[in-house]
Amino acid sequence: MVTEKAVEDVAVKLLQLAVTELPQDVKDALSRAYRKEDNPVGKAQLKAILDNVELAEKTCAPMCQDTGVIIFYVKAGSRVQGLDKVEEALRKATARATKEIPLRPNAVNPFTQKNTGNNTGRFIPYIHWQIMPGNTLEITVMPKGGGSENVSALAMLSPSQGINGLKKFVVDSVIKAGAKPCPPTVLGVAVGGGAEIAMELAKQALLRPLNQPNADPELAKLEKELCEAVNLTGIGPMGLGGKTTVLDVKVDYAYRHPASYPVAVVVQCWAARRASARISSDGKVEYLTNKVA
Amino acid sequence: MAVYRLSTPISEKTVRKLRVNDIIYLTGTIVTARDAAHKRALHLHEEGKQLPVNLDGLAVFHCGPLVKKEDGRWRVVAAGPTTSSRMDLFEDEFIKNFKVRVVVGKGGLGKKTADAMKQYGAVYGAFTGGAAVLAAKAIKHVKGVEWRDLGMPEAMWIMEVEDLGPLTVAIDTHGNNVFETIQTRVDDKKQQIYRKLCIQ
Repeated sequence: MVTEKAVEDVAVKLLQLAVTELPQDVKDALSRAYRKEDNPVGKAQLKAILDNVELAEKTCAPMCQDTGVIIFYVKAGSRVQGLDKVEEALRKATARATKEIPLRPNAVNPFTQKNTGNNTGRFIPYIHWQIMPGNTLEITVMPKGGGSENVSALAMLSPSQGINGLKKFVVDSVIKAGAKPCPPTVLGVAVGGGAEIAMELAKQALLRPLNQPNADPELAKLEKELCEAVNLTGIGPMGLGGKTTVLDVKVDYAYRHPASYPVAVVVQCWAARRASARISSDGKVEYLTNKVA
Repeated sequence: MAVYRLSTPISEKTVRKLRVNDIIYLTGTIVTARDAAHKRALHLHEEGKQLPVNLDGLAVFHCGPLVKKEDGRWRVVAAGPTTSSRMDLFEDEFIKNFKVRVVVGKGGLGKKTADAMKQYGAVYGAFTGGAAVLAAKAIKHVKGVEWRDLGMPEAMWIMEVEDLGPLTVAIDTHGNNVFETIQTRVDDKKQQIYRKLCIQ
C-alpha cells in the first residue's frame, strides 16, 4: 500500500533534487567537456556552467531559473495498492514544490495566456504510466526546459530515405538549433512507430544515464557516430564556438508502418535534470539518482 | 579580449569602445524584459505614454527570473538568461526608442538587431545560459516590479546588480556578430559532416 501522502512527499523531494543537483553522469560529462575544450570562449562558458552547478548544489537553489514543465514517469508495480491516488499526489507535490523550493510557475493556458502560478493545469504535470510486475512504485521526474524543447523536431521521412535520412535530419536539427538550446546538449533520437511514438521515445531516451551506451551494439555505434558528427559543427558551449556541442546522443526505436519513417529529435539542455526514487510496499524509499542523507 | 567593468547609466561613447569577445561586468540597474514586456513597452511608446522606468543608458536582461517573497521583500532565487531570438522581432525598435546600451541574453540576435546596435549604439552581452545561480548572486536587490499581470517570468523586474558577468560581447557597434560568424562557419562545415556520415 502506498499512501497519497508518501507519494507526495517523495515527489516534492525528487523535484527539489532534480532542479538543484545534476546526476553524477551529467556532471562528469560536463567536466570532461571542460577539460577537453581549447577554445577560450567555449571553455569560459563551461567554467561558468560548472561553477553554477556547484553553487546551486551547495546553496540548494535551482541551477536554472527555467525549472521546466514537469513530467513524471511512473513505473507502477501491478500489486501496488492505492495507484488511483498517485496522479493526485503528483499534482499536489508539483504545486507544493512550486512554493517550497521554489519552482518558476511555468504552466500557461495557451488560449487565455494565464499562468496558473503553481505549475499545474490541464495535462500538466504530464504523467507517463508503465505497469510492471511487482509491488514497488518507481517515480522519475524530468523538469524539461523550454529553450531546448523549442528546437526539438519531427520529420516524417520517406522510408527510402531511411537511416541516411535520419542522420541528415539529426545534423540539420543541431545546426538549425545553433546556440538556442543551451549547448552542450543531450539529444534523444527515435525512429519508427508514428509521430507521437517517435517523439515520446526520443524524450524518454533522455532518461538513460550519459555513461550508459545503448544495449544494442549497432545502436551504440550509431549514437557514437552521430555524437562525433554533430560535434564537428563547432557550435560549441552556448553557441560561442568550441568542441562540445552535444554531450551525448541517445537512440531508441519502434517498428514502423511500411509507408512511414518518423524521426524525432528531442533536445535537452546542459541542465539535463532528472531524479528517481523507488517506494516499496512497506513504505521504504530508495533514491536512485542522488545521494540522500 | 579586454575586460570592462561598466556602471549604469552607460554612455553611447562607452559602448562604442567595446569589441566582440570583450568581457563585461555590469553594475547598476538592469531591467528584465521578455516577449510580453517588449510588446507592452513598445505599445505604450506608440501611444505616447511613458514607461514606468526610464531605460536610457541601462541594460535590458532577457530573463524570466525565479523570485520569492520573503518578509515582504522580493528575493531573486535564480535568474539566468532566456533565448534572445524570441525578442529579435522587436529589439531594434526597443533599442531605438528606449536607448538601452547593453542587451543581456543568450543565443544571439539577428541582423536587424545588430544593425540597430550599430546605428544607435548598443552591444549584446552573452551570459551563460542556465547559469542562474551565478546571476542571482550578482543581483543585490529588487528595486521594483511592473506589469505583474504578465506572470512572474514575463513581468518587468527592476534589479540592482553588482558585477553581473562575465558577459561576452557577442554583437558590437562595429558590425561584428559572433553568432553570425559561427553560424557561417558551421554552414561551411555541413558538407564535410555529410561526407563523414556518407550521406549527401
